[in-house]
Amino acid sequence: MNKNIDDIENLIQLEHLRDSAPPTNGGGLGLFANLVKVLGSSTKTNDKLEALVNYFALADNKDKVWVIALFSGRKPKRAVNTTQLITWCIEVTDLPGWLFGESYHTVGDLAETIALLLPETISSEQQHESKPLYFYIEKFKQIEKQDESVKRKFIIESWEQMDQNERFVFNKLITGAFRIGVSQKMMVNALAKFTSLEASVIAHRISGNWDPSTTTFGELLNENPAITDYSKPYPFYLAYALDEEPANLGDPDNWQVEWKWDGIRGQVIKRNNQLFVWSRGEELMTEKFPEYSCLKDLLPDGTVLDGEIIPSIDKKPLPFALLQTRIGRKNVTKKNLQETPITFFAYDLLEYNYEDWRNKPLSERRKQLEAIIRPLTTPTIILSPVISFSDWNELAELRQTSRENGAEGFMIKRKSSLYQVGRKTGDWWKWKIDPLVIDCVMIYAEKGSGRRSNLYTAYTFAVKDGEKLIPFTRAYSGLTDKEFAEVDSFVKRNSLEKFGPVRTVKPELVFEIAFEGIAASNRHKSGVALRFPRINRWRKDKKPDEINTLEDLKKMLEVYGTKPQS
Amino acid sequence: MALIEFTDKGLCCPQGKFYIDPWKPVDKALITHAHSDHARWGSKSYLCHTYSKPILQLRLGDNPYQTVEWNENISINGVKVSFHPAGHVIGSSQIRVEYNGEVWVVSGDYKVVDDGISGQFEPVPCNTFITESTFGLPIYKWKLPEQINKDIQNWILKNQEEGRTSVIIAYSLGKAQRVLKAIAEVTQNIFVHGAIYNIHATLMQAGWNLPAVKRVTNETKKEELAGSVVVAPPSADGSSWMKRFTPYSVGVCSGWMQVRGNARRRNVDAGFAMSDHADWAGLLQAVKATGADKVFVTHGFQAQFSRFLNENGIEAAEVKTEYGNDEEEGPTALTAAEE
Repeated sequence: MNKNIDDIENLIQLEHLRDSAPPTNGGGLGLFANLVKVLGSSTKTNDKLEALVNYFALADNKDKVWVIALFSGRKPKRAVNTTQLITWCIEVTDLPGWLFGESYHTVGDLAETIALLLPETISSEQQHESKPLYFYIEKFKQIEKQDESVKRKFIIESWEQMDQNERFVFNKLITGAFRIGVSQKMMVNALAKFTSLEASVIAHRISGNWDPSTTTFGELLNENPAITDYSKPYPFYLAYALDEEPANLGDPDNWQVEWKWDGIRGQVIKRNNQLFVWSRGEELMTEKFPEYSCLKDLLPDGTVLDGEIIPSIDKKPLPFALLQTRIGRKNVTKKNLQETPITFFAYDLLEYNYEDWRNKPLSERRKQLEAIIRPLTTPTIILSPVISFSDWNELAELRQTSRENGAEGFMIKRKSSLYQVGRKTGDWWKWKIDPLVIDCVMIYAEKGSGRRSNLYTAYTFAVKDGEKLIPFTRAYSGLTDKEFAEVDSFVKRNSLEKFGPVRTVKPELVFEIAFEGIAASNRHKSGVALRFPRINRWRKDKKPDEINTLEDLKKMLEVYGTKPQS
Repeated sequence: MALIEFTDKGLCCPQGKFYIDPWKPVDKALITHAHSDHARWGSKSYLCHTYSKPILQLRLGDNPYQTVEWNENISINGVKVSFHPAGHVIGSSQIRVEYNGEVWVVSGDYKVVDDGISGQFEPVPCNTFITESTFGLPIYKWKLPEQINKDIQNWILKNQEEGRTSVIIAYSLGKAQRVLKAIAEVTQNIFVHGAIYNIHATLMQAGWNLPAVKRVTNETKKEELAGSVVVAPPSADGSSWMKRFTPYSVGVCSGWMQVRGNARRRNVDAGFAMSDHADWAGLLQAVKATGADKVFVTHGFQAQFSRFLNENGIEAAEVKTEYGNDEEEGPTALTAAEE
C-alpha cells in the first residue's frame, strides 16, 4: 500500500541527512557529540526525536548499542577517576588549582569545565577524523588496570585529537551519567521509528540486565530474541497526579483504591528458580535486600510482581529515611535487618506461570495476586490492601488519615485497566495529600549545577528559636527561573561571609517550604529531618521576624512525625 | 591623595574635580560609554567621545555634553585627560588621566578584538590600570568574530530552509549593530524591536552606515515576517511580543552562552558565545600591554582575576563598583529587562 512510498521517502530523507550531516565528523564520537549537543540545546521534543532517529540511521551499530545503554543509565568502565582527570587538565593548561576550582563552580559540570579549559588543538569547524564511540569505551576497559602513566598518555592524546564538543562527551563518558534532557521514553520512540518493533516491546528489551559490550544491536532489537534473559523486568506503568475532583471519575465501583506508599517502586521476579529485585530506576537491587531471598522458595516460578519496597514492622510502614540508610550501605548488618526489615507491599501481578498478564484487566490480576500472596505467612511480603469506600466523600475523609497510615495519599486505579508502559493518562491516578508547610528565612546560598550553574540556587533555611536562627533544611527547587535570578542577585549583593562555595546571606528573604514528612533526627542541629523539602513560594509579603519557630517544627514532629527506631 | 579615588558616587579624580562613570549625580561626569550602568542620569555636565553623544542624548536627554576625539588632549583643572578606543561598543573609550607625571587609565568595558564597528582597542601605557573582569575566568575563550558571524548566518539559513523566523536576542547598543552586519550578508529581510530601532535610527542620523531594517509594529503583517530575521533585546525574550513570529527559533548572542547550563536555563534554541567584553586571554593581554604596576579590578570575576594577577607578579586589588547591573554584565541580566 503506502509502504513503498514511505520507503522512498525515508530513503530520500536518509540521503538528505547524509548530505547535511556536519562535515566535521564522519561518524564516531563526533557524530555522538553532535547528537548530545542537539539533545542538550533543543527545546522541542520533535527536534530531539528527529536528532535521535538521524543518529540511529547514521551511526555504527556498536555505537548505537552504547548510546542506548548510556541513555538508559548504564555506564562504561571507569578507567580514571576525577582527581586524575583534573590533575591532567591542570597540567595541560598550566593553571593554578584554585582557578580550576573557581571555573568548575561557575560551569557546574566537571566534564564541561575541562572541555572549556583545554587549549584548542582542533577547532569545531575543522575537518577531522573521529574514532567510534565504542573504541573509547573498549579502551577504558583495557587501561583500567594499567599504570597511571598509560592512562595519562591515553587521555591527553585523546584530548589532542578532539574538538571541544567531542572533549565534552569524552569527559562525560569518563565522569559518569549523561543527563541531557532525553527521556527513556523518547529514545524508545526513536528506536521504534527506526526499527519495526512496537515501542512497548523496545522498552521491555532495553530494560534489565544486558551488557552493552557483548550485546549486538541485532540481539537487542531483532524481532525474535534468541537468548532468554530471566532477569528482565517489565517497564513500569506510572500514574498521573489527579488534577480534578475524584467525583469526576464516576462510579466508585469501577475503581480500586490503594494507599500510595512512600517507598521504592519495585518489581520482584521469580524465574528459572532465581529471584531478581528491580527498582523503578532499573537498578538491580536483589543483594540490597537479603530479606527477600526467602521469596525465591515462596513464589511460584514464572512470577513477576509490582509493588513497593518499604521498611515495615507489623505491616506498618517506617519512615522513608530509614530505607535510605539501608540503600546507602555496602553491607547490610544484622542490626539493620532487625531495625529496618524491608517488606514488599505487592499490588500488581505482571507475569504468572511465565505468561505475560499485562493485558488482563486489573480486577483479574488482583484476584490472582491475592491467591498467590494470601497463603504466605512471611512478614517479608504482604498485599497492599484495597481500600473499601462507598462514595468519593468518604474517600476524601479517609485521605486525611494518610499520614497516620504511613502513606502519602491514594492510588486510584480503574478496575478494567490493563498494565500499560510508562506514564499514561486515564486509568491510573495518584491522589496525594497536601504537603506540610513552614515559613522560614534563607541564611546560606550555594551555586547550583547544570542548567543552574553560576547561579546561587541551593539554599539553606532557618526557623527562629528566640533570637537565634536554627538551620533546618536545604532546598533547591520550586522557584521560577526569574525568581532564582532575583534571589541570585540578592545573594550577590547581600553576602556576609564566604566559606568555600557557600555564602552566608543576610537573613531577609522569607520562603514557604513544603515537605512530605518529618522525622526526628539527631544528625541535624534542629533535631528534625524533612522528607522531600522544596520551596513552595516566596513570601515577599512576610518579614523575617514573622517566620515559624523551632517550637512549631517540634509540634509538627509530634503530630505527623515518625520517630526512628532506637 | 590618590589620582583616582573610589567613592560612593563612583570613580573620582579629586585633583581634576571630576568623576568617571559615576553612579550618582555629580557636577562633572566623564563617560566611557553609553551603556546605562556607566552613563547615568542626573549629572550637571558630561564629557564623552563624539560617537557616544547621540546615544547619550537619546538615553539621558538634553544635558550639557562636551565631546572629544580619541587621543585628543584636554586639561581639566590642571589634570591631563584623553580618550582612547576601548573596542566595546560604538564610542566606547578608555579614559587616561595624568597629573604630575603619574598616569591612570580607566578601561570602562572593553574587548581587544576588532569587531569592525567599535574601534580597535588601544593599549595605553600607565602606572595604574582600572580594568573590568566580566569574563575573568579561563573558561571564557571567544571564537573569532568571523567564525561567530558564520555560525549565526548558518543558523539563519537553516531556519529559512525550515520555514522559521530567526529571532536573535542581542543587546540594543553594541551587539545589535554587530549582528546586523552579519545578518545583512545573508538576508535583506531584517526586522528589529523598537528599542533597537531607536538606537539604530540615532546612529544612522549621526552618519553611521548600518544595514536597512524595519521596525516591528502592530501593523507588521505575518506574511512579511515569514522567513525574516528579527533582532530583539533580552527583555523581549519570552514575552508575548514574540508570539507574532511563530513559527520561530530563538538564538541568543551573549558571552554567557559559552556555558551549556546558561543556554539551557534560557531555554533557547541556539546560543552564540559572542561578547563585547574581553575574554580571559584578552583581559590578560590588555593588562600586560599597559605595563601598569598596579591594577584595580572592577565588576565581574574580580576576586579571581585579581588573585591570578597577584600570583603572576602584577599587584592587583578588587574594587566594588555599581557597574555590571545591566546590559550584558551579570548572568542575572539575562533575565532582567534591559531598557
